[in-house]
Amino acid sequence: MSQELRINNNKFIDQTIRLSFKFNGEKLYGYKGDTLASALLANNIHLVGRSFKYHRPRGIMTCGSEEPNAIVQIGKDPSLTDPNVRATEIELYEGLEAFSQNCWPNVKFDIGGINNLLSPLLPAGFYYKTFMWPASFWEKYEFFIRHSAGLGKSPSKPDPDIYDHKYYHCDVLVVGGGISGIIAAKLSAENNNETLLLDDKNTLGGTTIYQKNDCFQINGTYTNYWLEKEINNIKNIKNLTIKTRTSLAAYHGYNYLLAKENLTDHLNPDERKDKIRQRLWKIRAKKVIIATGSIERPLIFNNNDRPGIMLSSAIKKFIDFYGVKTGKEISLFTNNDSAYETAISLKKSGVNIVSIIDIRDISSSKIVKEVEKLNIKIYWKHTVVNTEGYRRISFIEIMQLSDDGSGVIGKKIKLKSDCLGISGGWTPMVHLFTQSGGKLKFRSDDNVFLPDKSKTPSDQISIGSCNGDFDIKDIILNSNKEVKTFLGIKNSSFDNLKVESSNEEKKKNIWLLPSDKPIGKTKPFLDFQNDSTAKDVKLALREGFKSIEHVKRYTTTGMGTDQGKLSNMHALGIIAETTGTNMGELGTTTFRPPYTPLTFGAIVGRNVGEFFDHTRKTAMHNWHVQNKAKFENVGQWKRAWYYPKNGESMFEAVQRESKAARESVGILDASTLGKIDIQGTDASEFLNRVYTNAWSKLAIGKCRYGLMLNEDGMVYDDGVTTRLGENRYIMTTTTGGAANVLSKLEDYLQTEWPELDVYLTTVTDHFSTISICGPNSKKILNKVIPYLDLSNENFPHMSFKNSKINGIKCRVMRISFTGEHSYEINIQSNYSKNVWEMCMNAGKDYNITPYGTETMHLLRAEKGFIITGQDTDGTMTPSDLQMDWIIGKKKFDFIGKRSLYRSDTIRDDRKQLVGLLTDDPKEILEEGAQIVEKLNQKPVEMLGHVTSSYFSPNLNKSIALAVMKSGKKLKGKKFFVPMENKNINVTVTDTVFFDKENKRLNA
Amino acid sequence: MFIIICPYCGERDQTEFSSGGEAHIVRPKQPTELSDDEWAEFLFMRKNIKGIQFERWNHSHGCRKWFNVVRDTSNDKIHAVYKMGEKPPINK
Repeated sequence: MSQELRINNNKFIDQTIRLSFKFNGEKLYGYKGDTLASALLANNIHLVGRSFKYHRPRGIMTCGSEEPNAIVQIGKDPSLTDPNVRATEIELYEGLEAFSQNCWPNVKFDIGGINNLLSPLLPAGFYYKTFMWPASFWEKYEFFIRHSAGLGKSPSKPDPDIYDHKYYHCDVLVVGGGISGIIAAKLSAENNNETLLLDDKNTLGGTTIYQKNDCFQINGTYTNYWLEKEINNIKNIKNLTIKTRTSLAAYHGYNYLLAKENLTDHLNPDERKDKIRQRLWKIRAKKVIIATGSIERPLIFNNNDRPGIMLSSAIKKFIDFYGVKTGKEISLFTNNDSAYETAISLKKSGVNIVSIIDIRDISSSKIVKEVEKLNIKIYWKHTVVNTEGYRRISFIEIMQLSDDGSGVIGKKIKLKSDCLGISGGWTPMVHLFTQSGGKLKFRSDDNVFLPDKSKTPSDQISIGSCNGDFDIKDIILNSNKEVKTFLGIKNSSFDNLKVESSNEEKKKNIWLLPSDKPIGKTKPFLDFQNDSTAKDVKLALREGFKSIEHVKRYTTTGMGTDQGKLSNMHALGIIAETTGTNMGELGTTTFRPPYTPLTFGAIVGRNVGEFFDHTRKTAMHNWHVQNKAKFENVGQWKRAWYYPKNGESMFEAVQRESKAARESVGILDASTLGKIDIQGTDASEFLNRVYTNAWSKLAIGKCRYGLMLNEDGMVYDDGVTTRLGENRYIMTTTTGGAANVLSKLEDYLQTEWPELDVYLTTVTDHFSTISICGPNSKKILNKVIPYLDLSNENFPHMSFKNSKINGIKCRVMRISFTGEHSYEINIQSNYSKNVWEMCMNAGKDYNITPYGTETMHLLRAEKGFIITGQDTDGTMTPSDLQMDWIIGKKKFDFIGKRSLYRSDTIRDDRKQLVGLLTDDPKEILEEGAQIVEKLNQKPVEMLGHVTSSYFSPNLNKSIALAVMKSGKKLKGKKFFVPMENKNINVTVTDTVFFDKENKRLNA
Repeated sequence: MFIIICPYCGERDQTEFSSGGEAHIVRPKQPTELSDDEWAEFLFMRKNIKGIQFERWNHSHGCRKWFNVVRDTSNDKIHAVYKMGEKPPINK
């Protein structure tokens, strides 16, 4: 395609580097320096997408992040494709491939366009009103709504790109590299402040960098030349770091800000290899200067959404910066002087301007006079009442405004135009300011919300047009003054600048411009992406919505990916006008971060895959791997789950392991259990207070099981604690609870009982634990530690011995979680794998069988031992668990004691732990299954649920633990466990299924 | 994301700390003598103030010490930080 719309302008566009790209499959060309939007416009392509609801053709409207229409999908690769990219922001590279979104089969002919014809039937809240009834149909409606809704497509495969995070501390952060940002950065850095300057574009200078107009001069030169020189100067200042292509996403409290730096999105795919794609900057700044500028407002009139209708400021940037004519016969429609700058730029580049339509009566500013000199036809006090052209604007119709601006009079004039620039004044970008907690005030002269200086946190300022200065003279002089005060600077190189500007005249504001047609017959779009019109807002008000937040959600105004950057002010204006409220009182909707969308990649940075979370492995982990263990995650730990042999299923392996542990000997890696070393003269008293049972009389060398409650009386954790000496204990906790238990104990020690002399140290990782259980466990231990007397007299159940293995100190406890005669060897972790292997060797003749957590769970269930977190859920008291024996009733106090006789905890119809046996011993219940008494009751009463369930190979039947209402009274009673296809008959039993007399502990 | 000055370690990012709720709720010395209502008052009732609030914080990814913070919940401004057992430097 020819480039007849391109003018010679090689300052920002390198016309020696031609780049090919594809849009919707069509091969096109642009130049280095183009955005996708400017390259498309140079190829005379305006139509880039379809609107969300009515599927109306939409074109490029802006030149920045506020773009509502030109939202495209980049690339086809299922792992790299990027949805919802603004064509106005993405820089062109060789091979770029972009697609329109929200249209089918294609952007030029879209079947969804039928919604446009149906639009009288699709008012605000249509979906809410229509799909509410009947309720049971929602699932069917949802399918169609979801199908026809949605913008881009997310990638379907993992993202191969690298993302990075960077922490940054500075004295002053300047956000925005326009003219006021440059002034601020220079002043700050020159005065010994470590300064960071960010701009989201690839070049600094904002709009001034391409402002070459006789009306705007600094010290006798064009503003763009002056600024260019300043930018070249600041690049050499030592204290100043400049980051372009970096957009500020969020401004949190204490001057904590997030910014996204794009590093490779402008490169072609070959150049991207092995480079970091995006970097998220986490910035702490002592002071922040916001210089984010302003964006132009559209005008709201009938059919204001056709491709070819653009912001006047965008037309100016396309011609002045990118050297692209957005049309051959351009009209401008305005309520202020800004559009006249565009007119001069266009005229200078040889573009034919059909006319300027200005709703004001007259303006006599310098720039308007310049335009009049160029013989451009200006229609004063006129408005556009309609536009024509489906895929591209072709004609506009204008009429004279009535004196009060509420209607139109006279004859309709039809003008041929293939592009219409609209200018409704400027909206300061106060997003970051409000995100930081600043409050806005309303300036009624030109209907803008501005940072309220009296409600600004002390460590920041807003300068330039985001602070409401729109005239270049005000911008420069005020920025200089404000920055000097803010940073305590006396003299500035900007003090004596001579600035000339056009002396703009006031704009005339009409939120909704009148048409010759009644409003019901018009389509004045407010939110271009979400297709909400001024009509919709008025309808919402008639239907009783008053709050701006409600109107926003009901009409979806401002809820697109552009977050209402263009539409919010008009929506507010129309609401205020219709309801007769002052806009300042109405307030704005909340500006939430991010200012522009962030990728998930940038948010997670390097914390993906194995870096997502820590993985903790025991010292014996490699042995488990070599012996083909399957692992399960317990918190961050990898625990051996079971060890399948010769293609065994999990069920088969667990059955074999469980049998071996009871018949001969099993070995378990129990290293993950939490271990807390407790020392101090008050250690016994401390344990008395944190456990429910009594500890003072525990002899040195003895172990005791303890139950720990929360202050609300509910079981929190359990484990065996051993008294190592007069003032020293070692406490074990559950694997998952270790960190929380330590924190909780520290909390009590530091805040409630600071008088206690107790010190806690976590030693979970320092010691590994090897548990050997079964009737032959004694023989194994005897081989590993031959000189240790294992007789019941010397080393009875629930006691401990210090010992040595090959000269290495270890602690041996005779404790049991399986009901078998068993020992736990605790040894410094770096020796434990050796000791484990010694045990395996020693057990060869006894078929020593390594078992995992699943077998451990099965064996303890046979004994009716609970697992906190599986059989308890934070609502079980010791009594609910039938463990009243562990409550030291005579103790003065312990954590949770008082709660055990609150009216609620003494109810006898609480859920209580019971055993369950299935009538068919082969039937295994599902954990979590509900238990009911009557099958035909509606609604059926849920009496409880299964908490643990296994097939016991040692009893040759299925066993289960469950919690049931009034469970203690239900022994022997029959119930049902209803499943999807059948009802299982069960009988409530005792919780101990195996070796009720505990004979095996000493076997 | 505010900054807390740990009374033991100094200025640190909020991510190093964990919040422990309302401060100066003393565990009753003789819980057994309390009525259900009195015990429930200690156990469950917490204030959620918009404005100046006295809170417990723990430097959980640092020195692991507990201390008190006076924070304005409406703007996260921290007015005082003091050790456990110390009198609040600002009147409650």
